[in-house]
Amino acid sequence: MKLTIPEREIMQPGHLACQGCGASMAMRYALKIFGRDSVLTIPACCWAVIDGPFPYTAVNVPLFHTAFETAAVMASGIKAGLDVQGEKSTNVIAWAGDGGTFDIGIQAISGAAERNDDITYIVYDNEAYMNTGIQRSSATPHGAWTTTTPIKHYKIGAKKNMVEIMSAHRIPYAATASVAYPEDLCKKLEKAKNIRGFKFIHILAPCPTGWKSDPKYTVKLAKLAVQTNIFPIYEIENGLKYTQNKKVKQRKPITEYFKYQGRFKHLKKEEVEFIQKSIDRENEILLKKF
Amino acid sequence: MKKTMIGNHAASWGAQLSRVQVIAAYPITPQTLIVEKLSEIVADGELDAKFIKVESEHSAMSACIGASATGARAYTATSAQGLALMHEMLHWAALARLPIVMTNVNRAMAPGWSIWADQNDSLSQRDTGMMHIFASSSQDILDSTIISYKVSEQVLLPTLISFDAFFLSHTMEVVDMPPITDVDKFLPPYNPEYKLDVNNPRSFGALTSEEHYYEFRYKMQNAMDDAVGLIKKEGREFEKLTGRYYDLVHSYKCEDADLIFVTSGTIAETTNVAVDELRKDGKKVGNLKIRVIRPYPKQDILKAVKNCSKIAVIDRNISCGYHGIFAQELKGALYNESDIPVWGYLAGIGGRDVKVDDIKEIADETFKSKKPVDMIMKGVKI
Repeated sequence: MKLTIPEREIMQPGHLACQGCGASMAMRYALKIFGRDSVLTIPACCWAVIDGPFPYTAVNVPLFHTAFETAAVMASGIKAGLDVQGEKSTNVIAWAGDGGTFDIGIQAISGAAERNDDITYIVYDNEAYMNTGIQRSSATPHGAWTTTTPIKHYKIGAKKNMVEIMSAHRIPYAATASVAYPEDLCKKLEKAKNIRGFKFIHILAPCPTGWKSDPKYTVKLAKLAVQTNIFPIYEIENGLKYTQNKKVKQRKPITEYFKYQGRFKHLKKEEVEFIQKSIDRENEILLKKF
Repeated sequence: MKKTMIGNHAASWGAQLSRVQVIAAYPITPQTLIVEKLSEIVADGELDAKFIKVESEHSAMSACIGASATGARAYTATSAQGLALMHEMLHWAALARLPIVMTNVNRAMAPGWSIWADQNDSLSQRDTGMMHIFASSSQDILDSTIISYKVSEQVLLPTLISFDAFFLSHTMEVVDMPPITDVDKFLPPYNPEYKLDVNNPRSFGALTSEEHYYEFRYKMQNAMDDAVGLIKKEGREFEKLTGRYYDLVHSYKCEDADLIFVTSGTIAETTNVAVDELRKDGKKVGNLKIRVIRPYPKQDILKAVKNCSKIAVIDRNISCGYHGIFAQELKGALYNESDIPVWGYLAGIGGRDVKVDDIKEIADETFKSKKPVDMIMKGVKI
């Protein structure tokens, strides 16, 4: 039988993720594709803890922990260091959360993307600073509760469109992906692995702890995010060629996605309608690009 | 081979002779000429290195850290605001035990915007765990770069080499460039025991509980202690190749001096001239140049000053709310060990020129003074 996802497991049991952690699923798939000839660098984020405390590690590839805002340039430095020593085949992967990517790390990412450094930058997006206890980031969607956007002052303003920002750098490859669609995710990882230059993959990784959802709904929520068009799955090559990877024939209402999560429970009907309109409008804009 | 060059280019050629493999840098006055020259050196094929033109100094040090963690020799250079922006990653380089060598052209911190000589930028990095050298000539800059890689790669601590803006960075001096074949004999390729190696996967810098973190510091402290002896040992090895010896402190006519100046950077060179002139006038003075402030050469200092009756420290820096930083450090070293009184002087802040006459005036003032003073702000206009 030909498997669509490689059987090999590089990541090992014993990590410290919460139950139902989308980010740990994402790492498992990523390592299956990238394999042992890979080096990871991880800034401050959930994965700085998930991998395990000193002297343990769960990823089974060399891992350099780094400062919050430096994942991209750390990967650039690692790649340059390996290159000058003739280790040109090694995949160098920056693996960061949404805070380290959308907020504090965006300068270094933009720099590495503009230089087209040969690294893969993967953001596992759980839509807030989950490791520090659920504070809003610029990846937090409009309307969401976090500990710094309490229900009386919930998050106002759209989630930053990171994949568009990255593709505006005309990098060879930028994509969104989801832990609910592992075949699609693995294809994208494989593609990134075989392209030289800067690759950016944005993976939506539900977080039961921060989203106030049941751990058993992680995959369901990741799927609903795609089916409601709040997180469309697509790729952009060289900043120009858009491809829709998951076509949504009849989008589900956003309430289907919200109802499994505590972070949207406070939203009034009018606010939900506003969000629905925004999603539909954004989707119209996106569909014209394919 | 002797060449005339500015201090900045001595740093560039020091990096070239050390065969650095990865350079990451960002422009800032007065450092920029270092990396401009290195760009040319790399482009001309005189150095086989990757030059990453990063978007900030924070990223410059980060890229050096990544490269060094793979076992490559890494180099960067900056000044003032750039060094301050790097601050977080200087701690990272030191705690990750990566032997990066970097240059900082000492420049006053803003505001007001100033590009002139002042040591507050690099002394603000004193507690990062980096070794820290104040070079006082272009030759010192070039030689220190080479020697520092040799020392850093043995004790696994980064080195910061600082020198004064413009007085050194943009001033032409004659520099003797050792043949690279000689440098190769002195400085072998970097080959660390632990590095990012896909055949031996390890995690570096993971979450560390109170069970282990303290011991990391213990090991860093031991490495600093070892560095004192190693700087001398490698200094002697380097002397065999070039005839030039670099110690942690350099004592000039201190043996029989009544008054010893304690200085650093270019002020130290000016002070040597002042010492000669004062001696002609029959005044028994000497000059102790502090070349390395971390590791702090306490024993060397105690030995050098033991026969004098007064010390005058000249600081081109200030820890506002206390006083000059070299004066503080010196008094800390003397406490419990000696009762020689210390006069602290500030001079040259923000690039103000310090002339031979200024130093002679400091000598007169200190000779006349009965009671030591923590800080005398020389020449301040009030």
